[in-house]
Amino acid sequence: MSAMADLPLLRVRDVAVYYGTTLGCRDVGFDLWPGEVLGVVGESGSGKTTLLNCLSASLPPARGLIEYQARPGEMVDLYGLSESQRRRLQRTEWGIVHQHPRDGLRLGVSAGANVAERLMALGERHYGRIRQTAEDWLRKVEIDVGRIDHRPDTFSGGMQQRLQIARNLVIEPRLIFMDEPTGGLDVSVQARLLDLLRQLVHELNLSALIVTHDLAVVRLLAQRLIVMYRGEIVEAGLTDQVLDDPQHPYTQLLVSAVLQP
Amino acid sequence: MPEPLISVRGLNKSFTLHNQGGVVLPVLRNIDCDVYPGECVALQGVSGAGKSTLLRSLYANYKPQAGQIRVRHGAGWVDMVVAEAREILAVRRHTLGYVSQFLRAVPRVPAVDVVAEPLRLQGVSASQASQRAERMLARLRIPQRLWSLAPSTFSGGEQQRVNIARGFVVDYPVLLLDEPTAALDSANRLIVVDLIQEAKARGAAVVGIFHDQAVRDAVASRIFEVERCESAV
Repeated sequence: MSAMADLPLLRVRDVAVYYGTTLGCRDVGFDLWPGEVLGVVGESGSGKTTLLNCLSASLPPARGLIEYQARPGEMVDLYGLSESQRRRLQRTEWGIVHQHPRDGLRLGVSAGANVAERLMALGERHYGRIRQTAEDWLRKVEIDVGRIDHRPDTFSGGMQQRLQIARNLVIEPRLIFMDEPTGGLDVSVQARLLDLLRQLVHELNLSALIVTHDLAVVRLLAQRLIVMYRGEIVEAGLTDQVLDDPQHPYTQLLVSAVLQP
Repeated sequence: MPEPLISVRGLNKSFTLHNQGGVVLPVLRNIDCDVYPGECVALQGVSGAGKSTLLRSLYANYKPQAGQIRVRHGAGWVDMVVAEAREILAVRRHTLGYVSQFLRAVPRVPAVDVVAEPLRLQGVSASQASQRAERMLARLRIPQRLWSLAPSTFSGGEQQRVNIARGFVVDYPVLLLDEPTAALDSANRLIVVDLIQEAKARGAAVVGIFHDQAVRDAVASRIFEVERCESAV
């Protein structure tokens, strides 16, 4: 194995975030490896979304180090970069899927434009190619191509969420952050979305960080799991090991509270 | 004598129930066991003795408190008790197959893809993986009309056979089998017995729980007795 293959994509050490004097999260450390899907679970208010915002360069930590493998073999300090360099990473190498699709879509422009916009931000100018790629992605996320010129506010919640995923994956990002990607969707739509995400993660060899409170979602998507409680990581490991043999009192409570259909 | 493919030393596993008064349930105490290429070790013991706990610990699905579980992985050894998550995942991908009692199927994924997935994770092309998956489904007598359907709607026996096909589609050096024939009729049991015999013949080390006496007699090279830990500490 080469030295390059032995560096994580994201390296997080001793990160803490505070809102004034209120704790967001602290003592957070882990590595995210290329091609790996990492789940973050915990109750509401446990610091999951705070952590995600911090890692995706939207909320500076009070303390700690977040490094990103910007080029093969080269780790850069995320918050040591300039604002414009961070924005560039977000635009060209990352995807951020919000819990509410309305936060991640532009409702005033067509579905096709929502997808095309990301490509154009990367410098693609050829109209035919842009249109073709947008159509391909709508098909991939199972949205009728006939809806390409419709605005997303005429779509159902599940369609909006799939469009948001298409908008993020069209640039073939190296890293994707997802905040409750299946939250608020009905169960049959969730299953479809999960299946789609599984396929795409595998096809594109993506790394992903998925924040959720849904243990079934992480069991299906994530190889590794972090459990957060009151702003701290209380347990981390292989997903099936953490869910089937939880060690920490909070994880045991979380796992035993799930209703088995 | 060849080297073992699994070597267990001083294995201890207990469960602490933090939300039920911190009760500690000791299950495995000082287990030593080696499994060699070409043999099938059948775990035996009364219900609750810890057979499944041992099998799940070997797969790193459960986390033992002490001891070693060394698995031969490529040219080296990996201790499943202390290995990093991504090392364990690599061992599971290439070395260690596991057939559980129940299929945990992803909604909407066709049976043929469920079976092909372990091959895809090893980097086998989609078309080759599908072909091998189809051969395995046919061998386990899953009707062809079901191959493109998601197994969540299949009968219990059909689901278990899909699960077995998934476990045997890759020639893993080490196989862990948790009651692989529990929901099968006698004709299908014989097919599974054949698969296990073939795995042994190609040099795989097999560890299994077989409640069916006839199956156990047919496949087991020897019996490993798992004894119930008596007292709660």
